[in-house]
Amino acid sequence: MEKNVFDQMNETVYHEQLDNGLNVYILPKKGFNKTYVTFTTNYGSIDNEFIPNGESDFVHVPDGIAHFLEHKMFEKEDGDVFQKFSSQGASANAFTSFTRTAYLFSATSNVTENTETLLDFVQAPYFTEQTVEKEKGIIGQEIRMYDDNPDWRVYFGLIENLYKHHPVKIDIAGTVESIADITKDHLYTCYNTFYHPVNMTLFIVGPVDPDAMMQLVKENQSKKSFPEPIPVERRFPEEPEKAALEHHEIRMSVNTPKCEVGFKMPLSDRTGVDKLREELAANLLLEMLFGKTAKFYEKAYNSGLIDDTFGFDYTGERGFGFALVGGDTDKPEQLAQRIQTQLLEAKEGGHLTKEAFERARKKKIGTTLRAFNSPEFIANQFTRYQFNGLNLFEIVPVLEKMTLEDVVDFAKEMIDEHRFSSCFVLPKETA
Amino acid sequence: MEAAHEQTFNEPGYSIHVIETEKYKTNTIMIKMRAPLEKETVTMRALLPHVLQSGTEHAPSAAAFRTALDELYGALFFADSAKKGNEHVLTFTMEAANEHYLNGENDLFDRALALLADVLFRPKLKEGLFPEKTVQQEKRSLQQRIRSIYDDKTRYASLKLVEEMYKEDPYALPAGGLLEKVEPIDPSSLYAYYQKALVEDVIDIFVIGDVNAQEAVKKIKEYLPFSDRSAVMTQTETGAVSKEVQVIREMQDINQGKLNIGCRTTITYDDPQFVAMQVSNGILGAFAHSKLFMNVREKESLAYYAASRLDSHKGFVMMLAGIDQKNYDKTVQIMNEQLEEMKKGNISDLEMTQTKALLKNQLQESADTARGMVEVLYHNISSGTNRPIDQWLKDIEAVTKEQAAAAAQTISVDTVYFLSGKEEI
Repeated sequence: MEKNVFDQMNETVYHEQLDNGLNVYILPKKGFNKTYVTFTTNYGSIDNEFIPNGESDFVHVPDGIAHFLEHKMFEKEDGDVFQKFSSQGASANAFTSFTRTAYLFSATSNVTENTETLLDFVQAPYFTEQTVEKEKGIIGQEIRMYDDNPDWRVYFGLIENLYKHHPVKIDIAGTVESIADITKDHLYTCYNTFYHPVNMTLFIVGPVDPDAMMQLVKENQSKKSFPEPIPVERRFPEEPEKAALEHHEIRMSVNTPKCEVGFKMPLSDRTGVDKLREELAANLLLEMLFGKTAKFYEKAYNSGLIDDTFGFDYTGERGFGFALVGGDTDKPEQLAQRIQTQLLEAKEGGHLTKEAFERARKKKIGTTLRAFNSPEFIANQFTRYQFNGLNLFEIVPVLEKMTLEDVVDFAKEMIDEHRFSSCFVLPKETA
Repeated sequence: MEAAHEQTFNEPGYSIHVIETEKYKTNTIMIKMRAPLEKETVTMRALLPHVLQSGTEHAPSAAAFRTALDELYGALFFADSAKKGNEHVLTFTMEAANEHYLNGENDLFDRALALLADVLFRPKLKEGLFPEKTVQQEKRSLQQRIRSIYDDKTRYASLKLVEEMYKEDPYALPAGGLLEKVEPIDPSSLYAYYQKALVEDVIDIFVIGDVNAQEAVKKIKEYLPFSDRSAVMTQTETGAVSKEVQVIREMQDINQGKLNIGCRTTITYDDPQFVAMQVSNGILGAFAHSKLFMNVREKESLAYYAASRLDSHKGFVMMLAGIDQKNYDKTVQIMNEQLEEMKKGNISDLEMTQTKALLKNQLQESADTARGMVEVLYHNISSGTNRPIDQWLKDIEAVTKEQAAAAAQTISVDTVYFLSGKEEI
């Protein structure tokens, strides 16, 4: 077991890769009541074309299957795993993102039993035609719930605009139609390909003894046998550099129009610290241009163009990256125009001042420190960074070394109007 | 569990609570101002936090104020308004990094406290009032915020239910204010009201972090000189039980129907039966093993979310689910049946064990965040009860099936509200 001490953050992380390939990380948190454990596979909604374990040809699986599989993992021959966690005083959950599926619990007691339950239920799939059919009604309602949510619709609407072929444009839960095609055989195919321990990470954070926990996980894993790991072969369609669609409008039953403007990142082959710098530069850039202390925000707010729903977000995962800016507004065209102008001016170095940079950097450092109060943040983000070959604990030191020139350079590279797109949600009545 | 070390400084209507802990990488200061929920003041109170953070004497614009925060290593400032029974609570939160984790920084706590004090005591004024322009801007934002509640259908349905169920009761008032009451507000009425709130509201200040309690109290008194006041408790009535269930159907152009069933109980936070009520609501619908989740979702595949919520400061229980509108009758029937099962005491040993375990877990987890810890303390303070976490945990464990059933028997369905699409059921 290796021990990594991060002095500045006053945190220690223990790590070991087990014989079966599973990566186990333990971060002891003194004084906390809660232990939070995530068991994550490096598999999400975008992984819809791959060579199944033991076969030789690529297959294409129905949209929404990673999320469907996540739901079905909880059901076993002897009932629902939620019941077991509840009996052991743990609150369990799971989520599926573009690139990850995570199973988790938090508990203030029975941490040993709950950790074993987590490992055991994710490593023992049980799918039948009957239970798969039953789930279609439940997930159908989940999809409809999101269909009525204008914030989700404008967010996904914009991603659909940006990408022509890449599966990031497919809604994580799929559609009512696409999940209708899912069978138990599909679920087993995906499970057997992506849930091998070598493709997974267990992260434990809480008031635990690292030696005892590691021992527990090792013993649990040594009782199970897994096939020899085969590297997963995924395939993604070739994606043009430019945005697929410049603009799109969605009509919904809303009072206030919603406007999002975004751009997709150029493909880069950066890895490690360079990749982290790219992500941090994108975040700093957006903060400098659109944060609450930027002139843009002040002007737009004071003139009534935006309200405090205005914000921005950067997503960078394996194989794709994009930035989004926007919020509620009465004048979506004008807001979209202003955001695009602001970005293009920044490409030429506009708005990127020394003061704005220092402020954005300080804010990012403080926000990161604060996030280390949260076991959820630590476990989920550490895993995310680890799957991308990065280290969460590098953020503050890398930020401390970054300069304004870095952001100016990245702005030149990232911003290109051919990669811009906008999406509005507009009230239905005025259609 | 590790008990929070709390030290309190108490004067009528003004208390300071300090929790010394090294658990967090930040220090948090929270100010809570509480007053009766009233139609005439709720909108001004909803507007105030936004006007106050639009500028101080030293940082005379919203941008200048945000800049000051960023320079404190992205100190987090957050202000909002919420309901607690029939009271309205304004909360101002300041959270700043513990300088221990930063290279070469000191006195961040004092600077954060000074900034917070500026927001409350030295807001930017023009001719002795909030600036006209700021008030206009924030009024417009508030109107937009209130209007956009309509856009979030799940939230809209919950608010509508409360509005329909508590006509003539202040509890019907939305914490975020009333649209029609925004326009008449002007700088002088708002400022006058703020001066009144500063003197009359019941004030609780919480400090959580790597601080020395005595020093913290001294600093708080110095920076935040709230004047003497009297502590007045607002009596929250749970309201009369109606004889007939009110059924309300609203149609909009949406995909999924939102079913919300509102119920009354006479058991509130300060009631000896409160913990039994909490267990009862837990078995009914608070968790993934609960009756509503198991029967509406897992058995019948009718919904993705199917749950119940308890507002114990009011004595309000809400059962809710997102369903296809054609399944309305079936879902209402199942929900009512599950409530009846509770009343009859048809509760398994497993349901008791699971619910108690998860309630205890929730309570212990809340002590892991500064905000969670404050919320638990404030439940006690605002309802005039004293149920320390350790006692609360024991009380949960002691609840029997009979007590849970007895608590459920006080629940009566009042209003069924269904927001659905435009096609016929």
